[in-house]
Amino acid sequence: MIRFDHVAKRYATGHEGLSGVDLHLAPGEMVFLTGHSGAGKSTLLKLIGLLERATRGQIWVNGRNLNKLKSREIPYHRREVGMIFQDHRLLHDRTVFDNIALPLVVAGMGHAEVKRRVRAALDKVSLLKKEKVFPITLSGGEQQRVGIARALVSKPPVLLADEPTGNLDPELSREIMELFLQFNQVGVTLVIATHDVELVNSLGKRIVNLRDGRVDADSRGPD
Amino acid sequence: MARRNRAPKFKRNRNPVTWLLRHAQMSLSSLGRLSRSPISTAMTAAVIGIALALPSGLHLLVDNVSELSSTWDGSASISLFLGEGVNDENADSVRRQVALRADVAETRLINREQALDEFRRLSGFGEAIELLDHNPLPAVVLVRPQDSIQGADAVAALAQELQSYREIELAQVDLQWVERLGAITGTIERAVFILAILLAGAVLLIVGNTIRLDIQNRHNEIEIVKLVGGTDAFIRRPFLYEGVWYGLLGAAIGLLLVLSSLFLLDGPVQRLAGLYESDFALAVVDPVSLLGVLFGGPLLGLAGAWLAVGRHLAQIQPE
Repeated sequence: MIRFDHVAKRYATGHEGLSGVDLHLAPGEMVFLTGHSGAGKSTLLKLIGLLERATRGQIWVNGRNLNKLKSREIPYHRREVGMIFQDHRLLHDRTVFDNIALPLVVAGMGHAEVKRRVRAALDKVSLLKKEKVFPITLSGGEQQRVGIARALVSKPPVLLADEPTGNLDPELSREIMELFLQFNQVGVTLVIATHDVELVNSLGKRIVNLRDGRVDADSRGPD
Repeated sequence: MARRNRAPKFKRNRNPVTWLLRHAQMSLSSLGRLSRSPISTAMTAAVIGIALALPSGLHLLVDNVSELSSTWDGSASISLFLGEGVNDENADSVRRQVALRADVAETRLINREQALDEFRRLSGFGEAIELLDHNPLPAVVLVRPQDSIQGADAVAALAQELQSYREIELAQVDLQWVERLGAITGTIERAVFILAILLAGAVLLIVGNTIRLDIQNRHNEIEIVKLVGGTDAFIRRPFLYEGVWYGLLGAAIGLLLVLSSLFLLDGPVQRLAGLYESDFALAVVDPVSLLGVLFGGPLLGLAGAWLAVGRHLAQIQPE
């Protein structure tokens, strides 16, 4: 589903985000990325979502070589990759419903179908009663669940999450992780960057530890 | 799976009904957004309106003046001032003589008495005239040449010939001022054209700058829409509609300004025309200029928005 071949990313500032990463994720796999801040976790996720382009190496996502995607194809690629952020990135002048509907609206889906799908996504994150409120009135955990609902509403085969539990207490963090486990059970490929090692270890999923832009340890062992 | 030769095609929604619906929805939501800040929208539209009203109003005025001079152009007349000793009867025989010529279409005699009457009425020197013991004005024969006599030179040649009549003291061609008026209106027309181009440029800049500010204000929203897979066309669309709405509102205000100016000018123009014994009236806006403003406004708005969008949207990328 996702494959990195000798991938390096050097930023314009000269900072090396990744330096030679090989990684292979099978469809339906769930992987945690761990490591210190600056180890390359975010860079790796950004490369998958094409928020950045690799400077060296090849990346395949969902059968496509990302190096060969043209700029105008990026939006269509992002529709197949749901992204979840630590700071939620919600639109505060729109209701919860409108926030979650956004990926469907930009894809040109009809009104009735949008309504049905948004309700289903809200149901999954247990926020059905909050569809008409504005995100600002919600707690941090609820806002993160809105962000998750938005990422999964278009049923993308790949979900990326960058420190999704960064600002949450342990109990809420566990709830969010449970959600991700549920998505994984229905076949979604997940890549989750986190430094909550304790929580991650308790889940028994594959863990890839990055250090200085390289794969330092892979709980599944080398390919 | 990963190393397949041909990557699967992206799914794209190409249902025309959904597409049209989305456009309609987008245009209305852009209008809604404008209506939520009515004062700044009204001010921007008013600036556009003034910029559109100025050249179209001037164009209308110049049009009216050249309309006026063209009705006089055709009848470039010659005034034959008769000698002081020519009495009314002789004057009329001179008129008949001239009228018989093949190159003359029409003649009219203004005898000395009539000339005096007219002078009293129109000049405002009536009382001064009363002090004179005799009528100082000569009789005048007004001559309208045949339509075949075209151009200033031909008319001047005819006047020259008529001057050779013994009773005629002076044959004057009343053409020069028409030509001058024509030259003046021509100059003004060109100036209005240049002004129109400059102001069209101003409208582009006004709309472009307004849209640029709007793009900056919605920076966050644009980023998020790009994150969830919004295409450039999708992101561009509300801003383009906004430009069109600005242009349309501006055009409406511009037309309103022109029409109210015409209304205000109508009285004085009637009075002026009355003084010249003319039944001239200001023409209302012709359909061509009307459509020009109504379509030109939105088109300029769209172009201005396009300039801003093209420059600034690409700079906003999600991180």
